Amino acid sequence: MSETLLEINSVTKTFGGFTALSNVSTEVLSGERFGLIGPNGSGKTTLINCISGLLQNDGGKIIFDGHQLDGMPAYKRTATGITRTFQIPRPFHTMTIMDNLKIPVEFVSKPGATQTEIADEAMHILETMGMAEKANQETAGLTQIELRKLELARAIAAKPKLLISDEAMAGLTGTEVDEVLEILIKFNEQGMTIIMIEHIMRAVMQFSHRVICLDAGELIAEGVPEEIVKDEGVERAYLGV
Amino acid sequence: MIGRYKFEIGCILVLALAFLATQAEFNRFYYFAGFAILQYVMIATAWNILGGYGGYINFGTAGFLGVGSYVAIGLIEWGDAAIVWQVVAAAVVAGLLGLFIGYFTLRLKGVYFAIATLALAIVLETIVNNWDFVGGAAGISILPPRKPELLGILIVDRKGDGIFSNSKEFLFFLMAAMAIFSVWVARTVERGKLGRGLNAIKDNEEAAECMGVPTLRLKLIATTLSGALMGAAGGIFPSYMTFVDPPTAFNLEFAVNSLAMPMIGGTFTWLGPVVGAVLLGTVQQIAIVTISSELNLLILGVLLVIFVTVAPHGIVGWFMKKNK
Ligand SMILES: Nc1ncnc2c1ncn2[C@@H]1O[C@H](COP(=O)(O)OP(=O)(O)OP(=O)(O)O)[C@@H](O)[C@H]1O
Ligand SMILES: [Mg+2]
Repeated sequence: MSETLLEINSVTKTFGGFTALSNVSTEVLSGERFGLIGPNGSGKTTLINCISGLLQNDGGKIIFDGHQLDGMPAYKRTATGITRTFQIPRPFHTMTIMDNLKIPVEFVSKPGATQTEIADEAMHILETMGMAEKANQETAGLTQIELRKLELARAIAAKPKLLISDEAMAGLTGTEVDEVLEILIKFNEQGMTIIMIEHIMRAVMQFSHRVICLDAGELIAEGVPEEIVKDEGVERAYLGV
Repeated sequence: MIGRYKFEIGCILVLALAFLATQAEFNRFYYFAGFAILQYVMIATAWNILGGYGGYINFGTAGFLGVGSYVAIGLIEWGDAAIVWQVVAAAVVAGLLGLFIGYFTLRLKGVYFAIATLALAIVLETIVNNWDFVGGAAGISILPPRKPELLGILIVDRKGDGIFSNSKEFLFFLMAAMAIFSVWVARTVERGKLGRGLNAIKDNEEAAECMGVPTLRLKLIATTLSGALMGAAGGIFPSYMTFVDPPTAFNLEFAVNSLAMPMIGGTFTWLGPVVGAVLLGTVQQIAIVTISSELNLLILGVLLVIFVTVAPHGIVGWFMKKNK
């Protein structure tokens, strides 16, 4: 595998007196499938928020594809090639599925394109996600799996170099988990680097080339899936002993 | 070709109709009522650019209108500026005010933004109350020029040598032109990238930002545009009223109407504020003559509650659903 795409260097984030992330450092390689695990409240989403720019880290540095991200607003980070999904889906709820996807296409991946080109691109992504027939449906009344897929599709529509998926599989059935895994692997094979946050161990271990584990805001383990599942610290963090 | 410009052709036709109305010499009351309704079309349309498309509720409409009015008064007092310049200056100052206020308040979400805008209107009214150059709390009378000219053309002349035979008719026509222009601006915003970005902000601001929408920039463009149009609607007010005092220029009824009209008409499209303003504006003009103005506000409140609960997409939304 190849060069570093994302460098996280001693990142710290506090909320008032509470330290949500303390000195987290790691690297994500270009083309990698990278797993991020940790118990509830360990700081996974906070780290994603710092990378995507919804939060600014208090200390440390984040470098992505040659850009120093610190201080950069979120929309600019998206333009440099990072998109993320939300743990609790946040669709644009007054728009159709199609119009949801058109936003990142118009604002990021094809700025200046005509409305027809934008619609074609959005449709193309919906087709690869198996959602084409839902294009003109409103987001109200979507099932859990459809909401999760919309969340992913919209992020993918920005044509990111790095896609960060925050628990895209929570609440899905076994076959639905496989369906989402398949989609992510397909886009990874087309060159998209992916960070996957997941509580479903089977999925994250099957998916990832490399995994890190956070516990109480600290990075406690890093390695290939086989090492991580055997790691005592990880086991302790999850069992809470 | 014609299909593409249907809306613009419609605008010109409505403007032509407004012009014909000025030549018909109706009872004065009709121009007065028409002016008020057209002014509300403009105010509601301006409000909706930020409130309807972007989801930021502005309670400070009266502040922007008042600033527009007092910029016009200042210009009249200072150098007898022509009405066109009064309106342009009012729009520029109110637009800058929108930009400034937007920069400091748009980080406030939801109800806090609404409260900040309401506070703005109160602060501005207090300032004007204490500013004697523009009349202070006592108010000020404006004398419209007897024979205004524009680019060497005589606009108003009693004896019939001008385009209009009195200045009320001219101002009615100017108000119509400005209202139509505002609707055109709103429709252009709605159908463009700006409108789509604002809609994304309304639905979920953080998701919009993460999907590449420069949320702060779009919100600032919207507050500036919205403020400028409100200011222009205020700028024409002193010449029309010929007497203005702070409670008139900063009337809270503007704030209530500017949000009630789009909400009742439908906030998601340019047509909503127009329908809301024409309907509510007409009802209010009738109510002013027949019943009291306090009852007027009561009617408005009841209508608003009914619509928010029964038809959240307003009259236009309700009709569109029926025709689906
Ligand atoms: N904006 C915030 N303000 C204050 N505290 C916060 C904020 N965001 C997160 N926290 C706290 O930081 C800690 C880490 O939260 P975070 O959401 O990052 O955990 P997580 O690993 O994503 O957990 P989960 O698996 O439940 O999603 C939690 O204790 C949380 O309460
Ligand atoms: Mg989380």
